[in-house]
Amino acid sequence: MNKVVAGADEAVKDIPSGSTIMFGGFGLCGIPENCISAIVKKGINNLTCISNNAGVDDFGIGLMLQGKQVKKMISSYVGENAIFEQQLLSGELEVDLVPQGTLATRCMAAGYGMPAVWLLAGIGTEVAEGKEVRNFKGKNYLLEEAFDSDFAIVKAWKGDTQGNLIFKGTARNFSPLMAMAGKITIAEVEHLVPAGELDPNAIHVPGIYVKRIFQGVNYEKRIENRTTRKK
Amino acid sequence: MALTKEQIAKRIAQELQDGFYVNLGIGIPTLVANYIPEGVDVVLQSENGLLGMGPFPYEGEEDADMINAGKQTVTTLPGSAIFDSAMSFGMIRAGKVDLTVLGAMEVADNGDIANWKIPKKLVKGMGGAMDLVAAAKNIIVAMQHTNPKGESKLLPQCTLPLTGVGCIKKVVTDLGVFDITPDGFKCLEYAPGVTIDEIKAKTLGRLTIADNVKEIVV
Repeated sequence: MNKVVAGADEAVKDIPSGSTIMFGGFGLCGIPENCISAIVKKGINNLTCISNNAGVDDFGIGLMLQGKQVKKMISSYVGENAIFEQQLLSGELEVDLVPQGTLATRCMAAGYGMPAVWLLAGIGTEVAEGKEVRNFKGKNYLLEEAFDSDFAIVKAWKGDTQGNLIFKGTARNFSPLMAMAGKITIAEVEHLVPAGELDPNAIHVPGIYVKRIFQGVNYEKRIENRTTRKK
Repeated sequence: MALTKEQIAKRIAQELQDGFYVNLGIGIPTLVANYIPEGVDVVLQSENGLLGMGPFPYEGEEDADMINAGKQTVTTLPGSAIFDSAMSFGMIRAGKVDLTVLGAMEVADNGDIANWKIPKKLVKGMGGAMDLVAAAKNIIVAMQHTNPKGESKLLPQCTLPLTGVGCIKKVVTDLGVFDITPDGFKCLEYAPGVTIDEIKAKTLGRLTIADNVKEIVV
């Protein structure tokens, strides 16, 4: 078994235009910077992206929007991005807004092999339009389907040559769920170590879910909203 | 005098009970964390996957991998826990979070809330608001009583697209504290210097005044 690839270019080389791709991260926290750059370089387009957010103008998925590579975004919140707004208003870009917990749970369902889940969020709102409703113990729930994604791309803190992943801090967010949900999952990691170095008890995503893994380089880890206090 | 944003937050902080797990939304709700009463131990939940959210880091100690749901750099505390987004909304859905405080554009007298979308304006998304209002067992709205045009935000029916239906239990505005009851808004407290007549004039939804209505102490 060899899951280790040389770098981002090799990891994304077979992703065709028109693919549906999940991107881990919350805002700019924990996004797969290396793979996003490689996809921008590769120039594929007509992509459907499942990601909680759409980056900022000059970082994250914003870089793919600049190159007009994205056809549709499936997200819970897409503020802080002027290019996104322009493309949405001009009709170049479609957006499907999904409640954040529903987004997470539809990823989770895919990774656990469940076709759909019953969720409360959005009952009585426009999110419920066209969805099947069922009553359980006096409450109405919406049928929400698992995402069907060709690729999932995540960034982890540590990973080993078996594809096992460990995330750090709140950079975990959607990433383990997406890593488990993609048909082909690509993980870029800050520290790639030989199998045996990670504590099996501490693994967040077992390697069975990960197809390709590589040691990432030059992480910028941009902070979107730097808040501090004085000593 | 109507309450300031800080005073609204301070009044809501009086609702916190020892041992509560609390999710605070963006805006006035965030300020509630500054006024947690002495001796009351609460754990703050941030829906991006953190329980036990600590204060902002000291300058120079910011960690790009430690943010809250507002994407602000934060810290952990002794006893904090970190988890993925599905578990985060799982604990909200399962009723483990005792109190959610969030802002709103409109609240109706049956507990409906609208806070995510204004027609013809660019829509940024609902984030976690729909999940929180649908599932949280106790929700307090923190907001101004009127919009910038001076129009009531406490309405018979929401005019904006809904975030959730029949889910709000209590509203704290710059003018007063209101429970949502089968008879509509029930004014429990009024801000110092604000008259009941002013509250009646600025509340379009059904309104009753509690027999023991009193002045807010903050």
